[in-house]
Amino acid sequence: MKNHVWRPLLVALGLVAFILLLRVILVPDDFGIHDRGYMYGWYRSSNVQEWKNVTVKYHGSKGCQECHEENYQEVIASPHADIQCENCHGPRGEHPDNPEKLSIDRDRALCLRCHQHLPYPESARGKLPAIEGDKHHAGEVCVSCHNPHDPTQEVK
Amino acid sequence: MKRRDFCKKSLLLAGGLVLPLSALELFNPARLLAERSVPGDSRWIFLVDTHKCTGCGFCVKACKLENEVPYDANVTRTWVERYVVTKDGNTHIDSPKGARDGFLTAQIDNNHAGMKTIPEDEISKAFFVPKLCNQCDNPPCVQVCPVGATYQTADGVSLVDRKWCIGCGYCIMGCPYGVRFFHPVHHVAEKCNFCYHRITQGLKSACVDACPFGARMIGNLRDPNDPVTQVIMTQRVNVLKEEYGTKPQVFYLGLTREVK
Repeated sequence: MKNHVWRPLLVALGLVAFILLLRVILVPDDFGIHDRGYMYGWYRSSNVQEWKNVTVKYHGSKGCQECHEENYQEVIASPHADIQCENCHGPRGEHPDNPEKLSIDRDRALCLRCHQHLPYPESARGKLPAIEGDKHHAGEVCVSCHNPHDPTQEVK
Repeated sequence: MKRRDFCKKSLLLAGGLVLPLSALELFNPARLLAERSVPGDSRWIFLVDTHKCTGCGFCVKACKLENEVPYDANVTRTWVERYVVTKDGNTHIDSPKGARDGFLTAQIDNNHAGMKTIPEDEISKAFFVPKLCNQCDNPPCVQVCPVGATYQTADGVSLVDRKWCIGCGYCIMGCPYGVRFFHPVHHVAEKCNFCYHRITQGLKSACVDACPFGARMIGNLRDPNDPVTQVIMTQRVNVLKEEYGTKPQVFYLGLTREVK
């Protein structure tokens, strides 16, 4: 066969070999077919651990009790017992190391998530105590009168 | 060149090509038939009781903060929809900011079409429906991924490999429930994963913990004593868009035909 046939053929073959070699180097060992077969389980298995390593930010009210026993007892005896501390105070994260103090959301909008009146008597929302957010002491923060840890008590 | 030479050389060439290909094992048909019955003792499932949802949106807030989804970007892994069905038979649906801040007005948020006021006496029923990834048994989003970046774990959760995703968006189009979106920071596909980092260490998903009304529950289908499994086995539960054949694993109590 003549040179002008062989040369481009060799180049093409070399290219294929190079790409295959690159694939062997670049694709990690754990990439392949796993538990759910080729259709659903074709992936890099070390990624599962990467997802498990995501930092937990919400730790639940039980952890708050260790330092804030008094507040915790007040809340769980009140109609707000089912509301987690972190819903209003924000995720605990590394607190008390970082941040030292959690920010407290005193915005009306936070209370109105549940207590804004909506005309849906048959829904679960209709069974909660409700106000018209734009009429009931508009502009005031709710916590200046209502104690959020125990809404049955007024703020002294 | 003689015909004999040509045949000889093409055979040689073909043989030379085949050898390294098979040696590298690009494709092994035997492994494609990998057993469907997956080992392990968990299959994560979810139960939403729409009767209990008040639309407060604490679940959405907790989800965004727990999973580092940018708080002010209008994307979210879970969201709450409001359905207002009027007496004329129309259904009005909205979910402003995914209900991150709850529903603070009775007006329906129609985005660019503005806010729609619905007179109180025209409402025949209204309710809230939380939505999240259904962690389907046959996830269409996983099938369409061309690079193996999204996959289903042995315990039934679909995950996205952020290092592997090329951002083609096929999975976002492929999901019939619209739960996938582009992560504004990582620029890859993003989705609810039942808080995989929490459930695999014995915690509950952030939205489940944040819900004050018990409208959301996570459970393990392989555990017959699990409270969620008990409900699914003994009560009338429904799933979303069953006709798509995706076998969703998020079960709903109190769905009606208006819910899409």
